[in-house]
Amino acid sequence: MRDSVWKILRFLRPLIAVSAGLAAGLLVTALAGENPLHVLAILGRSAFGSRYDFGMTLFYATPLIFTGLSVALAFHAGLFNIGAEGQLTLGALAAATVGICFPGVPAVIAPFLAGLAAFAAGALWGAIPGWLRARRGSHEVINTIMMNFIAVGLSSWVTLYLLKNPDSQNPETQAVAPSYLIKHLDFFGDAPLSIALFVALAAVVAIWIFLSKSTRGFELRSVGQSEGAARAAGISVGRMQILAMALAGGLAGLVGVSEVLGNATRFKVGFSPEYGFMGIAVALLGRSRPLGVLGAALLFGALHKGTADLDMETENITRDLSLILQGLVILSVAADGLWAWLDRRRSP
Amino acid sequence: MKKLFLNGVGWVSLFAWVCGGALAQEYKVGLILDKGGKDDKSFNSAAFRGATQAKSDLKIFLKYVEATDDNAFETLTRSFAQKDFDLIIGIGVSQAEAIKKVSAQFPSKKFVIVDAEVKAPNVRALLFEEHEGSFLVGAIAAMMSQSGTLGFIGGMDIPLIRRFEMGYVAGAKKINPKVKVISNYVGISGDAWNNPAKGKELAVSQYGAGADIIFAPAGASNLGVFDAAEEKKKFAIGVDSNQNWIKPGYILTSMLKRVDHAVFAAIEDGVKGKFTSGTQRFGLANQGIDYAVDQYNEKLLTPKVRADAEKIKAEIVAGKIKVPDFYLKK
Repeated sequence: MRDSVWKILRFLRPLIAVSAGLAAGLLVTALAGENPLHVLAILGRSAFGSRYDFGMTLFYATPLIFTGLSVALAFHAGLFNIGAEGQLTLGALAAATVGICFPGVPAVIAPFLAGLAAFAAGALWGAIPGWLRARRGSHEVINTIMMNFIAVGLSSWVTLYLLKNPDSQNPETQAVAPSYLIKHLDFFGDAPLSIALFVALAAVVAIWIFLSKSTRGFELRSVGQSEGAARAAGISVGRMQILAMALAGGLAGLVGVSEVLGNATRFKVGFSPEYGFMGIAVALLGRSRPLGVLGAALLFGALHKGTADLDMETENITRDLSLILQGLVILSVAADGLWAWLDRRRSP
Repeated sequence: MKKLFLNGVGWVSLFAWVCGGALAQEYKVGLILDKGGKDDKSFNSAAFRGATQAKSDLKIFLKYVEATDDNAFETLTRSFAQKDFDLIIGIGVSQAEAIKKVSAQFPSKKFVIVDAEVKAPNVRALLFEEHEGSFLVGAIAAMMSQSGTLGFIGGMDIPLIRRFEMGYVAGAKKINPKVKVISNYVGISGDAWNNPAKGKELAVSQYGAGADIIFAPAGASNLGVFDAAEEKKKFAIGVDSNQNWIKPGYILTSMLKRVDHAVFAAIEDGVKGKFTSGTQRFGLANQGIDYAVDQYNEKLLTPKVRADAEKIKAEIVAGKIKVPDFYLKK
């Protein structure tokens, strides 16, 4: 009897962790002088309360699915991709560039072309640190961080000097040709949610199949679990590392589809509220499993959307609460040691 | 799923009813600040001060928010409109698009946008002649400079700040044609308004290169410039709000951009039912732009400098001095 309860508890681990993190977050709001139940009600309502609100939650979740998958995939190969932010920046820039430079492409293939460019640009930006790791042994954490800075500089330069929108004060490119824009989901009213959501869902399925059903996926995971064993088994460790980073970069690059083709119609410098770094938290919370990433992305999308409204509807809470909540959730998820300790106490 | 949504709609309407009932008499103003936030002690602080004053003087209901990201502007603007706020004020160029879109969807609501032009029957745009004030502080800087080298540190590299720069350089050259002006920008994205560390770094290097007075229209980033001024015992010039008090003795003056007055006036017009749409321009002539003299800097500026500054101001207002305007350059 107690064993089965334990099993259920273990299965619900992420859920318990999230609840604990949320509870701690609500405690913080109580310290700030707000009624936690009221806060929870606003959070829930503003994330799921209407078609528009739910649409906004999904809108924020879409890029988080891409970046979460990106980080998770690299984790499986034993690599830590902190470069999703730079990869998505270049992906979005590439989508916009193609959309501006080739306005004559028919609408049937235009979005695919731009999507492909976004994926390729992200993949290139991921493959470079992957290659450096595999062939030169320099650590991908440092290289991906540096690639982030280069991406910001490069995209800003292209935006301001080559593709600048002359009608605006803001650092943004011209709009892409209309044939590139993808369909909005009108069910969600004014929310800028587009069919990029389905691309993200397809990516979840594709990565799941790749990791758990394909040979390459198996090889990739073997490298992540033990480089030595993988090498002994005849797997080319270096090639797998490059592949993993390229795929990870490509996934992050697909944020360009939801942002440029589905929302802004152009590349805007600084459009991302750090989707790339939130992706790390999403991957951790989702335990690097594709379905877990999906759930975690939805949660973080809801938190991001919800806290903007908290600022509006309460006296003492500002936008920064979102960061506090995310931090607390991650902390409680990362408290794996606690479970191991509980396990040890039960087994002897 | 559908039930969930219906439930949500029910909650929202209940909330609207409760709020509407309780506050039916109050004029409701929603203020959406730029990413710098209400404590940038500069541009956003000025807007916030104007709105807060309206709250105490005119007994309005005021709610302010700071945006989490660029996509949030539209959501926040629309939320205010849906929650039945009477007047919605967007601060900064980044919000122009959101105001344009949402104002068209809610024709019965009134909107205000600062620093950008949006032409709609229910939108008032507040524009400031920054180049005039920049010319004036540029002239003051050139009068006060010992080294003949001045500094300029802009926030985000956008035409608006180029306009400050152009006016500043022209004002300095008017006094001393041989003056040298070193120019830098903190960055090119919205974060450039809120990066005091980078502001300080740039200021230290400009002081090192011989500049003794730096004008810093850089949002909250200019707090770093003030730090550097204190450290190197040089001068800085503040912007938007009166910033003389932040580092007394090191801030020569501040170029005032009376966003507070303009925002207050817009709210007052709204409360009294005299709201008008269209573009309002604020410059030296109507005190929308000015330079600050108070107890913190009156000892720094000699009477001669102040008299000369007043003279230049009068000449600009009278049209005798034509200040170059970056917006009209092309």
